[in-house]
Amino acid sequence: MSEESNTVPTMAEMAAKNESPEILFWVGCAGSFDDRYKKVTIAFVKILNAVGIKFAVLGPEESCTGDPARRAGNEFLFQMQAMSNITVLNGYNIKKIVTACPHCFNTIKNEYPELGGNYEMVHHSTFLQQLIDEGRIKMKEGGAFKGKKITYHDSCYLGRANGVYEAPRKVLESLDADLVEMKRNRSTGLCCGGGGAQMWKEPEKGNKDINVERTEEALQTGATTVAVACPFCLTMMSDGVKNKEKENEVVVKDLAELIAESQGL
Amino acid sequence: MAVVQQILFLITLIVAIFFIWKRIVRIKSNIQLGRQTPINGNKAARWRNVLLIAFGQKKMFKRIIPAFLHFWIYAGFIIINLEVLEFILDGVLGTHRLFAPLLGSFYPLLMNFFEFLAVAVLISCIVFLIRRNVLRVKRFWSAEMTSWPRLDGNLILVIEITLMLAILTMNASDQLLQLRNDHYAQTGRLFFSSFLMPLFDGLNTSTLIVLERSTWWFHIVGILGFALYVTYSKHLHIFLAFPNTYFSKLGPKGHIDNMPVVTNEVKSMLGLGATETPLGEPGRFGAKDINDLSRVNLMAAYACTECGRCTSECPANITGKKLSPRKVMMDTRDRMEEVGKSIASGGPGLQDGKSLLGDYITKEEINACTTCNACVEACPVLINPLDIILELRRYVAMEESGSPAQWNSMFQNIETNFAPWKFSASDRFNWANELKSKS
Ligand code: SF4
Ligand code: SF4
Repeated sequence: MSEESNTVPTMAEMAAKNESPEILFWVGCAGSFDDRYKKVTIAFVKILNAVGIKFAVLGPEESCTGDPARRAGNEFLFQMQAMSNITVLNGYNIKKIVTACPHCFNTIKNEYPELGGNYEMVHHSTFLQQLIDEGRIKMKEGGAFKGKKITYHDSCYLGRANGVYEAPRKVLESLDADLVEMKRNRSTGLCCGGGGAQMWKEPEKGNKDINVERTEEALQTGATTVAVACPFCLTMMSDGVKNKEKENEVVVKDLAELIAESQGL
Repeated sequence: MAVVQQILFLITLIVAIFFIWKRIVRIKSNIQLGRQTPINGNKAARWRNVLLIAFGQKKMFKRIIPAFLHFWIYAGFIIINLEVLEFILDGVLGTHRLFAPLLGSFYPLLMNFFEFLAVAVLISCIVFLIRRNVLRVKRFWSAEMTSWPRLDGNLILVIEITLMLAILTMNASDQLLQLRNDHYAQTGRLFFSSFLMPLFDGLNTSTLIVLERSTWWFHIVGILGFALYVTYSKHLHIFLAFPNTYFSKLGPKGHIDNMPVVTNEVKSMLGLGATETPLGEPGRFGAKDINDLSRVNLMAAYACTECGRCTSECPANITGKKLSPRKVMMDTRDRMEEVGKSIASGGPGLQDGKSLLGDYITKEEINACTTCNACVEACPVLINPLDIILELRRYVAMEESGSPAQWNSMFQNIETNFAPWKFSASDRFNWANELKSKS
């Protein structure tokens, strides 16, 4: 697939042409600004292009869902953000949204309806799984991941918060990789330490950082790839791996990156 | 003699009921200090939770050993209490084993089953005592498990053991009396207690009667005393687990309750028009003290069994932070008791210059929470400590502007750049440049 064919249409452009997308790709703040996580955004866009899905992004019209504000207790700020986003989304008559960020996913799916925003919300793990199941993403036999040990770190906002445990695992299994579980997984998965607005402040005094505790558990599995499905998990686990000085042996990657890689995108 | 016993029993019963009733009224009014919140949604789903989680103990079985032991105590508690009915009727009517003639040959069967449960309870309680005190299972020794909660846990187990021993001793002496005097209702040989018979066989009949009577009294007074004690103890979960599972939140755990008061204000600020009818004085934003929390939160604090499953799964607690979801529940309960006591004695109640936030739960604790829902997932009786933590954070953020400085800058970034980081909103779409430049 040539990179030249990648396009990123915005909703404004589509609306101007009187078109509507199959899905809106909600990029999120980390997806837009975080240097490392931008790679995930790009990987996902490449997949969307390769599969030929008619999608759009809000581009400059997107803004923070308000998740960190609400979780840090600032309900005013959350609702200001939510309402202005809902105004934009409803203005474009958006029906279906896909996002790679479990926090955006949770907020739009569970918390926007009360404020007048009702959309079909899909996390990219579920979306990717569907594409694989439908054969729209064709997995090659014996790809680059064959036999490689991968462990999946559950995002709290995907797993416990919304019950999505299997979709990311199915995606990983399709890579033909050797999926190994950490001791605490699925409903007892340990948080990476980044949720609940912790991303934006130093942790409280303790005897260890949460991401280090979790990374140690991931390393114990012997996996060389730690797969994640959340921007904060990506940061926290990458930092954890650095802290353990294992960055040369162990990579932390998002599902979309792994799929894009396996497709040679 | 029998009449004296009857009168004594009636007095005991009335006194016990009086004190238990007083405690029920106190607990109820303490819970009613909280805000009334709408309990909406699916009644069937709520009853399902009561059946599966409270009655069926579904969540307990995530940890199989304590689940198994707890199951015996729980089954024993419910079923042996059927026998208490006989005890009370015997006591009031001055009868002895009232149900024996009524149930005929089923009675000994029932007694044998009760004894089996009594032994199962006995063994389970002993193992639990060993787990708490000898093996020192970690969750029973964390910081908030100070001397009283630890003693409370042990006391309950010791009381149950003594009560079970009393039943078995009573049945053993009763069987001996049956052999010696056939006006005793015949139960036949009761499997477990018959092993104790040789212990008492040497006693003369009048001593045996005294033994039988005193263990009977010990058991029933013990049960009544226990019922009163329970209202002061974490053991209240035996009753409140049921309503607690009924009222627990339905729907995805990631959802945080909306604040309609804020919605109204934000709507009018954005010129969207406040749609709902005015909601009256909004009171405080978030929670500083127990009266700002919902009644469901407060009832949950009384339903908490202090088992520490929540804390043992809490990422903040595991890594040595002060936050412990169990402590959040224990503090809420302690504060309720303090306020309730003060009100009952004509004191200042809520206006005593103290509050849940600050005097019980510190900012350091609530700030450490990652909202990961591990505690909510872990709780066997569906308590939601996260709910309380978030309400406290709301108070700190909106009433005090007292959030950590880094959060305040995050708020500022969202306000000015529409992103929690300090990036210009106009750069938001720059990520696509890499793709575009190649096209
Ligand atoms: S939600 Fe907060 S209190 Fe509960 S387990 Fe997670 S970090 Fe601990
Ligand atoms: S909140 Fe639930 S899990 Fe935590 S100590 Fe109380 S009963 Fe146990």
